[in-house]
Amino acid sequence: MNNLAISNTSLAMAAGLVLVALFIGYRERLGIDRDMVIGVIRAVIQLFLVGYLLRYVIKVDSIILTVVLMLIIIFNAGYNAMKRSQGIPHTFWISVGAIFISTTVAVGTMVLTHALRFIPAQMIPITGMMASQSMVAIGLCYRNLNSNFHDERQQVLEKLSLGGTVKQSSMHIIRESIKTGMQPTVDATKTMGIVALPGMMSGMIFAGVNPVYAIKYQIMVTFMLLAATSLGSFLAVYWSYKGFYNNKAQLTLPEAKK
Amino acid sequence: MNILEVEHVGFQADNRQILNDINFTVADQEVVTISGPSGSGKSTLVRIIATLQSRTAGEITYNGKSIDSYDPIEYRREVSYCFQQPTLFGDTVRDNLKFPYDIRNQAFDEQHAQNALQSVDLAANYLDKQITELSGGERQRVALLRNVMFPPRILILDEVTAGLDETNKHIVHQMMQRFNQDDKITMLIITHDQEEMDSAKRLITIENGQLKGDENRE
Repeated sequence: MNNLAISNTSLAMAAGLVLVALFIGYRERLGIDRDMVIGVIRAVIQLFLVGYLLRYVIKVDSIILTVVLMLIIIFNAGYNAMKRSQGIPHTFWISVGAIFISTTVAVGTMVLTHALRFIPAQMIPITGMMASQSMVAIGLCYRNLNSNFHDERQQVLEKLSLGGTVKQSSMHIIRESIKTGMQPTVDATKTMGIVALPGMMSGMIFAGVNPVYAIKYQIMVTFMLLAATSLGSFLAVYWSYKGFYNNKAQLTLPEAKK
Repeated sequence: MNILEVEHVGFQADNRQILNDINFTVADQEVVTISGPSGSGKSTLVRIIATLQSRTAGEITYNGKSIDSYDPIEYRREVSYCFQQPTLFGDTVRDNLKFPYDIRNQAFDEQHAQNALQSVDLAANYLDKQITELSGGERQRVALLRNVMFPPRILILDEVTAGLDETNKHIVHQMMQRFNQDDKITMLIITHDQEEMDSAKRLITIENGQLKGDENRE
């Protein structure tokens, strides 16, 4: 079933394609040459490290080691989501909590229904997929919360001044932010198979798996992603919007955005 | 009896003194007009009274108790603040007049809303009118009605007639009069309008964050 035979020489030649991106960056003076070079070097090192680490973890096949790696992925995703929060309080723990719950629910359901097995070869990649998508969704939610509390500050103040609770006064922003977080996954779901063959499915087909079998897995992953991003967005928004208020129910925008 | 007592109130932000030692009292059902140049701190003062922001000095007493001792949500339902150039919510007039019911978990009283609209020269069918179709004066009337669907004890109006034509200004003045006389609402009115200042029964003047005058003309 293994159709994959990429030699180190082929890989090095593929690196030549980076020159195309660098040339465009240089010619158009985009100022991203340095970022691109650092990005490429980081990606190569990180992926090689992860490759060797995964080979070891899969070989050892220990539940504890698998769980530890899953938690590292979740904490890392939480940390990166937090970096997009622009000063909203407590977003590290909010993000970690939301990603942990959303990933656990999605992955746990599939394990309980025996669609997936609790082995490192399945748990680690699938946790990575769920956590990263949740991370992106939560990052979008934070950005939307920040910009909407800013742009619609007066509307929120008016709702407060009419006697609305913090939740009632923020409800339009809460809904909009959850929707923003979920939108990319919903859009990707709609165009799946038409615009792009998703990474996981492509990978399986590359590896020689029967496409029909690969599609079944992709459908399962799509459902899991929908659940993970909606749950992650919902939890992160509901846990973080109160950070825009003080204990006197007054609107206090986070410092970073003032 | 005084419904509101403002004692030595000050407000400082970024090392700048916005308000300094403001003192006055307001009797129940009184109409107090507050005036002063732009940037003098009038809006800050009334936002502090409405608990939308906190003072940095002094004390404010509402109904005999410090405003800090009230639940802010309950307090704001009794001391209601209407903004200059308010934003209307949602899509229709209904969305706006329904909001006060929604936040109290009460069923919307459509008849009451229609009567309220008619009392400010807006037809009952305005209830389902898109807010984008309203003129500036109509928007202001709807916003004011939103504040009094459940009459508060104190209504704070922040330059609500600014930018209105004479007809709309006249309608808003009549509304204010009715709120005070029929609904027994105490009113704090911020204005720059000379006519409103001239006709004020009590005029408080604020300049550079300080109370410069408190004139009772009755």
